Amino acid sequence: MSTTAQPGPVNIPAPRSSQRSSQRSNFELYSWLFMRVSGLVLVFLVLGHLLIMNVLDGGVQRINFAFVAGRWSSPFWQVWDLLMLWLAMLHGTNGMRTIINDYAERDQTRFWLKMILYVAAGFTIILGTLVIFTFDPNIG
Amino acid sequence: MTAMAEAPVAAPVAADVTFRIHRYQPEFDSEPHWEEYTVPLYPTDRVLTALEKIKGEIDGSLTFRRSCGHGICGSDAMRINGRNRLACKTLVKDLDISKPITVEPIKGLPLEKDLVVDMDPFFDAYRSVMPFLITDGHEPTRERLQSAEDRARFDDGTKCILCACCTTSCPVYWTDDQYFGPAAIVAANRFIFDSRDSGAEQRLEILNEKEGVWRCRTTFNCTDACPRGIEVTKAIQEVKRALIFRRF
Repeated sequence: MSTTAQPGPVNIPAPRSSQRSSQRSNFELYSWLFMRVSGLVLVFLVLGHLLIMNVLDGGVQRINFAFVAGRWSSPFWQVWDLLMLWLAMLHGTNGMRTIINDYAERDQTRFWLKMILYVAAGFTIILGTLVIFTFDPNIG
Repeated sequence: MTAMAEAPVAAPVAADVTFRIHRYQPEFDSEPHWEEYTVPLYPTDRVLTALEKIKGEIDGSLTFRRSCGHGICGSDAMRINGRNRLACKTLVKDLDISKPITVEPIKGLPLEKDLVVDMDPFFDAYRSVMPFLITDGHEPTRERLQSAEDRARFDDGTKCILCACCTTSCPVYWTDDQYFGPAAIVAANRFIFDSRDSGAEQRLEILNEKEGVWRCRTTFNCTDACPRGIEVTKAIQEVKRALIFRRF
């Protein structure tokens, strides 16, 4: 009888599954392109916004309710702010979606993190849009 | 007789080099651990030489893959001092031997033993991009001719030896088990941009999937890791560009 050591339990991680879903869609292509285009547009929108709000004409000290009311009475600034809100929110949300896809390995974790992300993004976009369009300069 | 002016050549000196090697024997170990081995090596020796010395002279149970030992077969890809390299192309003089040299298996593939990983997922991804010539129409009566420029277009991708250094250096591949990985995309690129091939449309369609080229974060780990000097990230970007311009 040989007295070799009893083999211990074999503990090998489960192999990666080789099945891949074949979803025919251009969603990832469009979202990749959107990140580039929105990023470029946001450089101008955000830097312009920062310049106007914080540097020109006395900078941040002059900002008050009247200043905001005055700006939003012009459709140009309404469109500017609306565009900035939507592009920044979608750009940021898509970036976060990518990071969640990269780091959340468990299906459930990934699903719920994305749900929280989408709800938060949707809420912020709707609230911001509502404020820009229904802003009342005469509010007491 | 002319006296040959011979420059004095210093005889190479063997120095003791310590290796910190990832060990895992599934029959005995419940989890991987590190083990240190010290072997005398010349500066011109390869890490593969060290592994063979350890296996031959110290511990015969050390397990690793190797075939040609000359950087062509792509068997001995491993993580040496935290970077993916071929053990047979990494010389001792290029490493800092004042500290132990760590040798680990490549990451992101299931570990089988010591430095050996299961390469099946890697080759599954490779197969799924159809890395072979696809043609249509009648078979020509002579060879399929190609201009030097057309051949140069995809030259970089032909250098791939399928060692998996690039794919297993990719942080997206580490966490996403469905991502095709850089090596498979390089293989697709090699045929997509081959003027003799007519399967580009099918390959682009495959790489346009959710787990295709759009997962790439352009971290350039793959380009850094490639022992053949292939510009892997560039190859991936070329596929992205082809997809964009095909669409618009």
